[in-house]
Amino acid sequence: MSGSLTSVAYIAATILFILSLGGLSNPESSRRGNLYGMIGMAIAVLATILGPRVSAGGIGWIAAALVVGGTVGLYLARTVQMTQMPELVAFMHSLVGLVAVVVGYASYIDPTATAGMNPAEIGIHHTEIYLGVLIGAVTLSGSVIAFGKLSGRIGGKPLLLPARHWLNLLLLLAVIGFGYWFLSAPSIDSGMTPLAAMTVLALLFGVHMVMAIGGADMPVVVSMLNSYSGWAAAATGFMLSNDLLIVTGALVGSSGAILSYIMCRAMNRHFLSVIAGGFGGGDAAPKKAGDGAQPAGEVVAVSAQETGEFLKEASSIIIVPGYGMAVAQAQHTVYEITKYLREKGKNVRFGIHPVAGRMPGHMNVLLAEAKVPYDIVLEMDEINGDFPDTAVAMVIGANDIVNPSAQDDPSSPIAGMPVLEVWKAHTTIVMKRSMASGYAGVDNPLFYKENNRMLFGDAKNMLDEVLTALKS
Amino acid sequence: MSQSIGIPKEVFPGERRVATVPDVVQKLMKLGFAVALQSGAGEAASIGDEAYRAAGASIVPDAAGLWSSADIIFKVRAPSRDEVNLMREGATLVSFIWPAQNPELLQAMAAKKATVLAMDSVPRISRAQKLDALSSMANIGGYRAVIEAAHEFGRFFTGQITAAGKVPPAKVFVIGAGVAGLAAIGAANGLGAIVRANDTRAEVGDQIKSLGAEFVPVDYVEEGSGGGGYAKVMSEGFQKAQRELFAKQAKEVDIIITTALIPGKPAPKLITAEMVQSMKPGSVIVDMASEQGGNCELTEPGKVAVKHGVIIIGYTDLPSRLPTQASNLYSTNLFRLSEELCKAKDGQFNVNMDDEVIRGTTVVKDGVVTWPPPTPKLSAAPVAAAQPKPAAKAVTPDKRGHGGDGEPMSAGATAAIFGTAAVLFALIGIYAPAAFLGHFTVFVLACFVGYMVVWNVTPSLHTPLMSVTNAISSIIIIGALVQIAPPIAAAVFGSDGARPDDIIRWLAIAGIALTAVNMFGGFAVTRRMLSMFRK
Repeated sequence: MSGSLTSVAYIAATILFILSLGGLSNPESSRRGNLYGMIGMAIAVLATILGPRVSAGGIGWIAAALVVGGTVGLYLARTVQMTQMPELVAFMHSLVGLVAVVVGYASYIDPTATAGMNPAEIGIHHTEIYLGVLIGAVTLSGSVIAFGKLSGRIGGKPLLLPARHWLNLLLLLAVIGFGYWFLSAPSIDSGMTPLAAMTVLALLFGVHMVMAIGGADMPVVVSMLNSYSGWAAAATGFMLSNDLLIVTGALVGSSGAILSYIMCRAMNRHFLSVIAGGFGGGDAAPKKAGDGAQPAGEVVAVSAQETGEFLKEASSIIIVPGYGMAVAQAQHTVYEITKYLREKGKNVRFGIHPVAGRMPGHMNVLLAEAKVPYDIVLEMDEINGDFPDTAVAMVIGANDIVNPSAQDDPSSPIAGMPVLEVWKAHTTIVMKRSMASGYAGVDNPLFYKENNRMLFGDAKNMLDEVLTALKS
Repeated sequence: MSQSIGIPKEVFPGERRVATVPDVVQKLMKLGFAVALQSGAGEAASIGDEAYRAAGASIVPDAAGLWSSADIIFKVRAPSRDEVNLMREGATLVSFIWPAQNPELLQAMAAKKATVLAMDSVPRISRAQKLDALSSMANIGGYRAVIEAAHEFGRFFTGQITAAGKVPPAKVFVIGAGVAGLAAIGAANGLGAIVRANDTRAEVGDQIKSLGAEFVPVDYVEEGSGGGGYAKVMSEGFQKAQRELFAKQAKEVDIIITTALIPGKPAPKLITAEMVQSMKPGSVIVDMASEQGGNCELTEPGKVAVKHGVIIIGYTDLPSRLPTQASNLYSTNLFRLSEELCKAKDGQFNVNMDDEVIRGTTVVKDGVVTWPPPTPKLSAAPVAAAQPKPAAKAVTPDKRGHGGDGEPMSAGATAAIFGTAAVLFALIGIYAPAAFLGHFTVFVLACFVGYMVVWNVTPSLHTPLMSVTNAISSIIIIGALVQIAPPIAAAVFGSDGARPDDIIRWLAIAGIALTAVNMFGGFAVTRRMLSMFRK
């Protein structure tokens, strides 16, 4: 296959990737979108293998590596639980980061890469390598930590080192310093030292960055790492002068950036303050600022039996799921209840907060897994106006996203964050394991409202009992 | 002292509705009012005096006694001249009025120092939906239009295969998908017909589809929304395309239901005599706009006419033909209005002209004509973005959503961003070599494409978006692929060992294997997720 043919194939692949992302604008076209992505990838890989830059001797190696990696990938895709999607995504981001590092090193020690370049071009090439490895390494270690946090192997609490902003600045300066050293290194061997040192620093930086971010901010982190993995690919593209890599990397990078932005806005947080870590800036005002504003009133607990009665009598019900539903794997029971209530002619819908769960769209995927039809799963903006006409709002394992103090209490750490206005429904039922506060560490006045009932216990067990009560 | 509400018997010929039903009588009494009813007022709606008496209303034998004693009169139809004469000085009247069509009536009532609230003038804003009697009547009218059509139509609506042969389903075409049109679509669909519908406002297409009908748009681009959620008069080019569409549909369908109205104007003539002629004999047209002159040229208002073998129903009293239901809904609308007027629950109407809803509804206040009201501040039209939000909505949810239509940045911030970008680009332009610039162009453009495309992704698909972009980012595999065995290596360096082939190869193989995990895993898991999304 000639070079031009490869280029044309790359253009086709680029277009297919764009169509693939465009297809996700609604669930009907999304399957086709995914197919476009696969075709685009197949074209790109085949065009490269058959193209002028790979000699026949390498094909056997490539095939073997593809088979091994592909088998592992397919196995993971088959077996992963939908509740573990955030972990899987984080894990995969770490792979992209790792590959960017590996490719960067390989490109650096490959003398053919710079053959025939003038010194300015070599300088740029080396800068690109340096940046590619840097972003790749940050993505790698950041994703590994995110994976650990999401899968519960590392605690969700933010780890706040003293003077961590200075630490980050120091790391940045060191990285720039090593970069200067690296670029002025006379030979490949002497350049290895600063490159390796920088890699270590970048890895540390990734660890430190994600460790400092609290569990509730995980959707931002996951989408941010998504973005980084894209930029890593784009940097590799610059390094190898490959437009397809640049374009695809940029697509992925901007996609992740937009997602991060959407997630930040959904929490009314500034992107920088999320990245800077901790909740509310950590060293800012302590959380107990509004001691006088402690919500007063009685918490009324109900049994699963009584919850069933509420649901039986209600004509319209909105279910608000949160991370608790994911943890308890309760989505299937939720669907059973939904199905039963809908058969009884009740209007049952779902209200999804943009940051419910641990990554963007997490709840939608879980509900889809449980076969809940997507047209009754609504976004916050779509459903917020309907709460006053709703008989029962059932909150399953969510806390901060239904906290009225975000609107009422300007001193609250989550003030101004858009929330689902469940308290406007005639009755709210909150299912929780205990009275513990959510990730934001803020007390929730909703629990003390007159029209609120608490159903304590594991979401799955409780919902099973509710279902039994409904059917009896 | 609490005021008394009087409910007279409707005098308009054929009118069978009554303004208040016994359930609402009880609710009104809870607000503190006394309720009096003219004997026999509910009879045509199958509600006897007894039921009212049981609910707590007092029964007055004749109209004169009722009109002269009541402080507030609840009615359905606009009052006749005789009724206005019976009215007490300074009384309050709530009914349909149609102030635009009845200026003399307004003057006559103003002369009586009356306060008049017109149920047809309730502003079309979301807060006033519960008092929107036009919508509740239109809903009934739309349903009844289908029933009338079914009554005149000589065939089943639903398709059947019977031992005696195959029955094709009826095809129904609904013009105008307002409340009445949507109700007609729902009713016709419920009877099993194939329903198509057209509307000049493209945004109602989804509502039409949601009721199970096919949306047949006019193939001509023009924005059809006027103020207040109503349609507007369209341009000549649009009307031509529309006529062509209707002529085509007329040949195909069995039943046409027209509901097209433009506020303050005679109904548009949409169905011409030729179109009627082209319809199959035995077809039915229900012209719900016949009171305003009709959408069909051959409609005779108030009657059923047979023209060219087509039955044209021009009834003007469709809601009244479902009197019990209509009375129920209408009286609930009246009750909601009473709640707004009597917030203190002390049995006194307080016509607060600062309230946007009450201001719009009131057409005569203490003998002064206050119609027309200032234009409502909110409309469902796209131009709403440029208008100030109504004060009634104190807490407006942040509707920026996805779509990138957020609030524009301040001029300073924009200038700063553009300035920085300009400096950056200038630096790159001065120092970077040409080869780099080519890639850089591609990179910047790709960022923009990504930005545009990703904003359109629906939030429910954010997880699949992440997994598919993740799979796509395995394109980095190309980096490893080109390193594994580049032909140039052999050509330039031969085997003199300057290129550490083995290390590079193993690094590349590791890279390929790792990305393959990502690539196959990412696409497969996306596929698995997406296949779960179902309607």
